[in-house]
Amino acid sequence: MSPTMTGILFIGSLVAALILTHRPLGDHMYRVYTATRHLAVERAIYRLIGVRPDTEQRWGVYARSVLAFSAVSILFLYGMQRLQDKLFLSLGMPPVTDHVAWNTAVSFVTNTNWQSYSGESTMGHLVQMSGLAVQNFVSAAVGMAVAIALVRGFARRTTDELGNFWVDLVRGSVRILLPIAFVGAVVLVAGGLIQNFSAPHDVATLTGGTQAITGGPVASQEIIKELGTNGGGFYNVNSAHPFENATGWTNWVEIFAILLIPFALPRTFGRMVGDKRQGYAITAVMAALALISVAVLTGLELAHGGTVPQAAGAAMEGKDVRFGVANSATFAAATTLTSTGAVDSFHDSYTALGGMITMFNMMLGEVAPGGVGSGLYGMLVLAVITVFVAGLMVGRTPEYLGKKIGAREIKLASMYFLVTPVLVLTGTAFAMGSSEQRASMLNSGPHGFSEVLYAFTSASNNNGSAFGGLTVNTPWYDTALGLCMALGRFLPIVFVLALAGSLARQSPVPASAGTLPTHRPQFVGMVVGVTLILVGLTFLPALALGPLAEGIN
Amino acid sequence: MSTQTLKVQGRTPGSPGKRDGKVGGGLLDPKQLILSLPDAFRKLNPVTLWRNPVMFIVEIGALLTTVLAVVEPSFFAWAIVLWLWLTVLFANLAEAVAEGRGKAQAATLRAAKRDTVARRVKNWKPGITVSEWDVVGAPELCQGDFVIVEAGEIVPGDGDVVEGIASVDESAITGESAPVIRESGGDRSAVTGGTRVLSDRVIVQITQKPGESFIDRMIALVEGANRQKTPNEIALNILLAALTLIFLVATATMQPMAIYAKTENPGVPDSLALTAEGVTGIVLVSLLVCLIPTTIGALLSAIGIAGMDRLVQRNVLAMSGRAVEAAGDVSTLLLDKTGTITLGNRQASEFVPAPGVPAEDLAAAAQLSSLADETPEGRSIVVYAKQAYGLRERQPGELAHAEWVPFTAQTRMSGVAVDDRQVRKGAATAVMKWVRDNGGHPTDEVGAIVDAISGSGGTPLVVGEISGDTARVLGVIHLKDVVKQGMRERFDEMRRMGIRTVMITGDNPLTARAIADEAGVDDFLAEATPEDKLALIRKEQEGGRLVAMTGDGTNDAPALAQADVGVAMNTGTSAAKEAGNMVDLDSNPTKLIEIVEIGKQLLITRGALTTFSIANDIAKYFAIIPAMFAAVYPGLETLNVMRLASPQSAILSAVIFNAIVIVALIPLALRGVRYRPSSASKLLSRNLYLYGLGGIIVPFIGIKLIDLFVQLLPGMS
Repeated sequence: MSPTMTGILFIGSLVAALILTHRPLGDHMYRVYTATRHLAVERAIYRLIGVRPDTEQRWGVYARSVLAFSAVSILFLYGMQRLQDKLFLSLGMPPVTDHVAWNTAVSFVTNTNWQSYSGESTMGHLVQMSGLAVQNFVSAAVGMAVAIALVRGFARRTTDELGNFWVDLVRGSVRILLPIAFVGAVVLVAGGLIQNFSAPHDVATLTGGTQAITGGPVASQEIIKELGTNGGGFYNVNSAHPFENATGWTNWVEIFAILLIPFALPRTFGRMVGDKRQGYAITAVMAALALISVAVLTGLELAHGGTVPQAAGAAMEGKDVRFGVANSATFAAATTLTSTGAVDSFHDSYTALGGMITMFNMMLGEVAPGGVGSGLYGMLVLAVITVFVAGLMVGRTPEYLGKKIGAREIKLASMYFLVTPVLVLTGTAFAMGSSEQRASMLNSGPHGFSEVLYAFTSASNNNGSAFGGLTVNTPWYDTALGLCMALGRFLPIVFVLALAGSLARQSPVPASAGTLPTHRPQFVGMVVGVTLILVGLTFLPALALGPLAEGIN
Repeated sequence: MSTQTLKVQGRTPGSPGKRDGKVGGGLLDPKQLILSLPDAFRKLNPVTLWRNPVMFIVEIGALLTTVLAVVEPSFFAWAIVLWLWLTVLFANLAEAVAEGRGKAQAATLRAAKRDTVARRVKNWKPGITVSEWDVVGAPELCQGDFVIVEAGEIVPGDGDVVEGIASVDESAITGESAPVIRESGGDRSAVTGGTRVLSDRVIVQITQKPGESFIDRMIALVEGANRQKTPNEIALNILLAALTLIFLVATATMQPMAIYAKTENPGVPDSLALTAEGVTGIVLVSLLVCLIPTTIGALLSAIGIAGMDRLVQRNVLAMSGRAVEAAGDVSTLLLDKTGTITLGNRQASEFVPAPGVPAEDLAAAAQLSSLADETPEGRSIVVYAKQAYGLRERQPGELAHAEWVPFTAQTRMSGVAVDDRQVRKGAATAVMKWVRDNGGHPTDEVGAIVDAISGSGGTPLVVGEISGDTARVLGVIHLKDVVKQGMRERFDEMRRMGIRTVMITGDNPLTARAIADEAGVDDFLAEATPEDKLALIRKEQEGGRLVAMTGDGTNDAPALAQADVGVAMNTGTSAAKEAGNMVDLDSNPTKLIEIVEIGKQLLITRGALTTFSIANDIAKYFAIIPAMFAAVYPGLETLNVMRLASPQSAILSAVIFNAIVIVALIPLALRGVRYRPSSASKLLSRNLYLYGLGGIIVPFIGIKLIDLFVQLLPGMS
């Protein structure tokens, strides 16, 4: 089979599987977030944390709950890393340095999972399991909770109440992420991933040296890493490590797990707003962007014109032969289109333009389909902006799902949209403007610049993947990227919740022939267009000086 | 006075507003551009310009480049400086032109507001014969004062006629030269200051506060003196400010990246665009100005002013821009039946003879009885008899011995006695009683005919005669409301636009339904009281719908105030005019439909130019990015798809295009985007192709064309 054919089959089977699952999973999530009854275990948790689960919150309270929970999580994770030598299962590792601990704490709480450390040689099992893995669950559940709160803003009328953050958080973890992760982990163990608590043992390598190989609870971490679009690997080489990603079909399972929830949430959205077609439209926007991206990226990697790739048949550098070009490119697209950031191949080694696609995927704002929850709310904000610009052209005050997009709504949507470009560009500019930070660059020319741009793009968009080629575990980079991650996560969340609050207060305008229909291909095309153009215009100068300069000859 | 009219375009007042199914607008007179230049310069003042964030940034950029050009002069630098200033100037010009048109109208109005004196009557009470008064200046009049106005005098202030009847020339306000009747009591009592009484004498109670007369408010409105940004305009401004901020960040952060690129390629010589210190200030500002949405930023306020202006041209005064915008959002239209949907009067449409009576006899009798009947109904019977039965119209004087019996409220019939023949027509019960009293026996069939006509929504008029000793009923005239031509099509259009039409009438439900069906409205409210109207509006609004209505009577005032768009007829009472948020000087209720279209057109124009403005940026990048960086990274020359001659000419061409497009679009901003009533989807597709796709393609062509000229200038290679 030709690589192109393999690629088409691989992608086609993923699409088919997602079409099969989005409906039952989307409906399940709809029931989870609209149910009135609590499970016994949930009641116990509510009692433990002192929450009255049947009281609802206004947007401000909801937002404060998200921020408080995340702040406590960051402090807890920071403390755990700093004190790991005093806790169990540390495997004898020393405390994590302060800037790395800060960076890592923020990274995992913000669902970014940027790793400025090497997993197996920095973190013991306790930190990995009860610190990082727990955040893999709850940071994903936070994203979903915020998305659901925004959906409630659209679905509800004349109310201040957006639901209860603690209930949404607990239900998302207990009823959605845990069961799927459990099944997924078993599947991955069957596929050859390890799940143990063994200490490192030395293995003789092919070159005659020895290497310490650490065991660990890898499969359970791996599944939630993908399912929750987290991306923080147990091992430094992430999903390229055979213990994390054993074969071609575990690779398929991992990509599937990455895309599973983000592509099912629009269905939940459609159910909650009482019009499934609205959900399909959002899915269609996400799918269109994703398919364009996968096709372009795979094409660029397969048809590279350089001397070595020509001889090898494709751009094989940085890709594992277990997976091949097309499957690696699909993984790369999936991981950057969602806010996952796990990698099974090295984006730095991609062709210049292919690498640009991975960056552009993130610059879209992680919306196609995006991180769990964050993808849906990001996409809905883009839909709001599209409705505002295009909606005027039908001669009415723009409205989306019956809710008017007025000054307050567009202000919040604009601020949401502003955050990440400002973080990416100012962060990159600071790094490039300082000779001290430029010293961290291991490459020169446009490629060296691309690596810095990639780092800030990844952190600010909460992706977590890296180009590498840049020494980032310096105090400056750890701090700056940590700030980008925190601001890139929580500012948008606050704006989204404020938007949800302002939408929920409105009473909806009934749709008529004069209303802009938001479920037709016309609207889908428009959101795709607006997204590509806005993002393209924002980042083109930066991309021109990096991957474009390197890639166009 | 009567030759001075407010109207800019000579539209016949009162004509239905349909012109090729689209909303048009005023044309731009090139002279206006020149006349507005001084204002455009005045608007360069940053204190006023900062309200427009996009153009404010351009002005700062222009200032910055001016300083840079002084420090390091070159032809390229000065050319850029010139065009950046022109960009700001063009934006100001757009606003000044839009305002200028209002100013011309205000001047006309001021002429009407001349110094008048008033004859004030103290302690006027109904019934008193006025014999003394004191003479005061019009500005001294207070609310509640009574004044006498006689033929030839100017009404000193807005008020209501409390005694007398007069014909008034209102052309100063409405542009309509035919005088109108104003009388005390009822819904035709309001008079406006500045109008002239032509005949008789009236006593007017002043209802305005000093300095707040209708004319004062009109002047303020058309001048845009206290123009406030409308909600949608504010929202759009926020989006534009956000886009400006993004591009500001994108260009500012480019600098360290550019410096790095330059240092990585030490062999590349400095150029006018890129030196070791990074992209030159001139080029950086040029890029920023090209990227930020200057087109829509420049035209936004002109679009708003022009929207109000288009209403004024149709003789509608909107009390706020908010009302104009709301008009575009209206989803329910309440339309009065009489005068809006139907012609004001019922007309004969059929003669139904009683059994055994030839139709011709009935027609002849009906015509005969109506010859002296000057009511519109009576005229219509004569006309119908001629059309349907070929009966020649006879003048009342032609018949010798004819004795005309006029209609009275007691007899409820009218007719004629010719020799020994008596003919009557009138209400069914009255005529049948008359026949019976004279020994006739109306058959049951007549009753059935009468009921059938009533049931179909018509009004039956029974015709009876006494010829010799026999009294009998000849038959029934079917009078019906005649729906105005083209109304059904209009309502179909409304439905396609997603607007529900509701007919309001005092008729009984049966009659109302028949007319509603014939006219094609979506719903009707029969036997409507003012309370019913108000309740209907509230109900629609609770469902999230915006409601528009017209009204003229005092009892319409609560509903007018409650409606999102309340259009008061100028002939109506002061209370109605106070309550509504628009006044139609032509008092044409059909105009509501046009008002909705103008509101939509306003929003569409904003959306279209925003889309166009953003879409333009793509081509500008293709011009400027290779111009800046192709020297260090030659591969980027591939992006120069327009094959622009040199970096300098590429940048200058983009800046020139950016400025010229503003001027080129001023007419569109003032006129508004073409609007045809159709569904949202169709409208959107059309505008997306035109302004979205067009916005991507046009600048590629425009910049290339400009480059062909610019490359010939010195210092461009």
